Amino acid sequence: MEAILARAQKVAKEAEVFEVTSEETQVRFEANRLKQMQTNQSTTLALRIIKDGRVGYATTTGTGDGQQLVEDALETAAFGSEAKFKLPDGAKYPKVDIFDPAVPQVSIKEMVTLGEKMVDAVTSHTAGILCDAMVTRSVMTVRLLNSRGGQAVYKKSFFSLDLEGNLIKGTDMLFVGEGECSCHPLPNPQNVIDVVLRQLDLAKHKAKSPTKVLPIIFTSNGVAGALILPLISAFNGKVVLEGASPLADKTGKTVFDKNFSLYDDPMAAYRPASRPCDDEGVASQRTPLVSKGIVNGFLYDLQTAALAKKKSTGNGSRNRGSLPTPAPSALVITPGKTTFDEMVGDIKEGLVIEQLMGAEQGNILGGDFSGNVLLGFKIENGKIVGRVKDTMVSGNVYKILKDIAAIGSETKWVSSFLQTPPFYCKGLSVSSKG
Amino acid sequence: MPQIEEIAQSLTAEFKKGKTDYLEARFEENQTSYIMYRGQALDSIGRSTASGGNVRALVKGGWGFTSFNDFDKLNDRVWLAIEQAQSAGSGKSLLAPIDPAQETIPSGVTHNPVTIPLAEKKRLLDEYNEIIWSVPEVKTSNIGYSDSHKKVIFLNSESSLISQERADVSIRLQAIAAKDGEVQQVGLSLGSRGEFNAIRNLHDKVKEMSQNAVALLYAPQVKGGEYTVVLDPILAGVFVHEAFGHLSESDFVYENDRMREIMVLGKKFGVDNLNIVDSAAEPGLRGSFKYDDEGTRATKTYLIREGKLAGRLHSRETAAKMNEKPTGNARAINYRFPPIVRMTNTYIEPGKMSFEEMIADIKEGIYAKNWYGGTTSMEMFTFSAGEAYMIRNGKIAEAIRPIMLTGNVFTTLKNIDAIGNDLDMNQGGGCGKGGQMPLPVSNGSPHIRIRHCLIGGK
Repeated sequence: MEAILARAQKVAKEAEVFEVTSEETQVRFEANRLKQMQTNQSTTLALRIIKDGRVGYATTTGTGDGQQLVEDALETAAFGSEAKFKLPDGAKYPKVDIFDPAVPQVSIKEMVTLGEKMVDAVTSHTAGILCDAMVTRSVMTVRLLNSRGGQAVYKKSFFSLDLEGNLIKGTDMLFVGEGECSCHPLPNPQNVIDVVLRQLDLAKHKAKSPTKVLPIIFTSNGVAGALILPLISAFNGKVVLEGASPLADKTGKTVFDKNFSLYDDPMAAYRPASRPCDDEGVASQRTPLVSKGIVNGFLYDLQTAALAKKKSTGNGSRNRGSLPTPAPSALVITPGKTTFDEMVGDIKEGLVIEQLMGAEQGNILGGDFSGNVLLGFKIENGKIVGRVKDTMVSGNVYKILKDIAAIGSETKWVSSFLQTPPFYCKGLSVSSKG
Repeated sequence: MPQIEEIAQSLTAEFKKGKTDYLEARFEENQTSYIMYRGQALDSIGRSTASGGNVRALVKGGWGFTSFNDFDKLNDRVWLAIEQAQSAGSGKSLLAPIDPAQETIPSGVTHNPVTIPLAEKKRLLDEYNEIIWSVPEVKTSNIGYSDSHKKVIFLNSESSLISQERADVSIRLQAIAAKDGEVQQVGLSLGSRGEFNAIRNLHDKVKEMSQNAVALLYAPQVKGGEYTVVLDPILAGVFVHEAFGHLSESDFVYENDRMREIMVLGKKFGVDNLNIVDSAAEPGLRGSFKYDDEGTRATKTYLIREGKLAGRLHSRETAAKMNEKPTGNARAINYRFPPIVRMTNTYIEPGKMSFEEMIADIKEGIYAKNWYGGTTSMEMFTFSAGEAYMIRNGKIAEAIRPIMLTGNVFTTLKNIDAIGNDLDMNQGGGCGKGGQMPLPVSNGSPHIRIRHCLIGGK
């Protein structure tokens, strides 16, 4: 890394080298049986330079040629965007706990046992179900070095459990599933098992949905699938700068329900999305986005912040090896006061949505979405009566979040990117063949 | 760059020792370049090179897989894969037999797109972006261009040694219109198997796309419910990919007895003139290749012939377990993944009806065009149109907001009651499955008409 930085500094005024190395081990079960064991080793290197005021960028894998990397970056710098920012110098980083040395110590045998436990619990609960399960552990090391003396090094551990079940009767297919991840080992798969068994219990009976406007409860998984994508786009500082975010001119204004609060949190201990600094060496911070319905601010990386005359919020992210761009680390929605059971009890006729398929194909910028209820349930007179199918739900995220019937008190992490309670929404348009 | 030919050669002796039921390795080198615009400004431009490899072993029905981009201690990695397979296996290994092959296959493009100077690519994109911005009420634009050139060397314990090169070009343009808090967007996706010329001369299409985005601001939203829907070739191609293609991938079928009952060959799935094909053997499309990532030769596979289930897509393992022939559909997006059963070029064969005949007797229906996205859960699928129009009394009428269509594959295929005479292949977009995305595929169809299609709306 030091050698590449030195070589790059000979041809460019500023330079930055970013390296990620990772080792991952995975145990996979398919159709109820242990099927595959997998290890992935990877090192990637990215070089960003500023030459004559323009950004050049190139990446390579671990054994790539340093000279080629510098030449590639130089060629792109001739057309690169004008650098409006300065690379951070020796910044101080907060201490964020994200490495547990116990993770790489978990044996393959223990991982296989975890997978077997998950599969056994589901197959002994429901006859004829086929399960896929995955147990993963990994360790990654991130190193960053720049020509202004900035440097960062951190190590992160990751452990996850994933379970999916598929039950077919005639041509009727039911898919259930749940996952959990942490920077700690997860020695107990019971949480994952409980969620899947509950999904199976609720889906035992069939119910029909009418075609009309109905109140809807999105579970935490449902919120993640149906409502979050438009917000991720709307709070992206770059989308705001372009004027394409519907929230662009709404800072300080009440746009959402007064019970709705949202922030980005890269500092939560032992969460896989946490980190001491972002992918360009800016210190992590908690960034409020919505407080009690009022828009507080947006997420920025260095370049976007400079163009918008703001400060980077430490959200420069290099997804898939690209140049840093603003992205949330982990979004957290503040829980409310209503339990899930109270929500269900309040509804005479409505739906619970756990998985909505296709919502990401909607008009993300405008907030309109529409999706097929992949896993959802009918509520009649305050009780869940069975699973609904052949049903589509449509709505607009901004309209839904402006006037929320209730926000749940039981909050939950969905994968690594969102912590949210369930949402009870007043009226969404439902079309059904049921 | 490491010399992957030499690395592959160094393993051939080791691979003949027969310590496993089956052993294979893939080595890859890949060069790419990309240019992204957000709005009027160039957002990022870059080049990348990558190389890496993997080893996959099969012992007693269990697979071991290890990927790496550090080529040191290669023999240790081979052993790791073998040990993993030994730990995972407890049954019997089954792989359909194929003929070993030793062949070197060039990319077939006259000009490697990665080596075209970035300045030349940028000039073309600048022209397109100017067109988008010249349309009033367009608020902003997105353009993503990327190309790649890749060499993959495959070897296995059955003495296959195959070196294949391929090149790929893809572009996605998007115009975003906004007015009074309303935001609407229309996109255009195109790709080719490495020919940069395929994305030149799009100026008229880019203009039309931008004007369509503005028109959507003034278009009403349709009421949700069941409609007779006519799909254009692009959207019908996405439909055949989502609604039926994924169901034909036999990795979901081979160990699932109930699924095997549903997918019995000869079962009636659609009207008599419905024919659905997957074929990597068609030359020059984005899903085309000569050998798949298990070294199996590409074939043309009828999935549905004259309305009846006629075949499915296989890897060597799924073919053996179902006692069918391998079809050459085991694909991996890169060296970090083992190959899984995937589509290649999937299409509905053309019928005889003209577009005018198809809409002539529709009193009220929807003409859905262009592609926005699509996904499936096997039984249920959703896919969304980029543009849509009402059909009234046999004529195309007013534009409406883009719609999402959903359905149950088993009923929807039977509801296709008209197949057009105008097959067109769509080379844009990519397919995602099992975390491997976007895999270059193409799909296509003539215009088709579907009765009783469920549309989401207000």
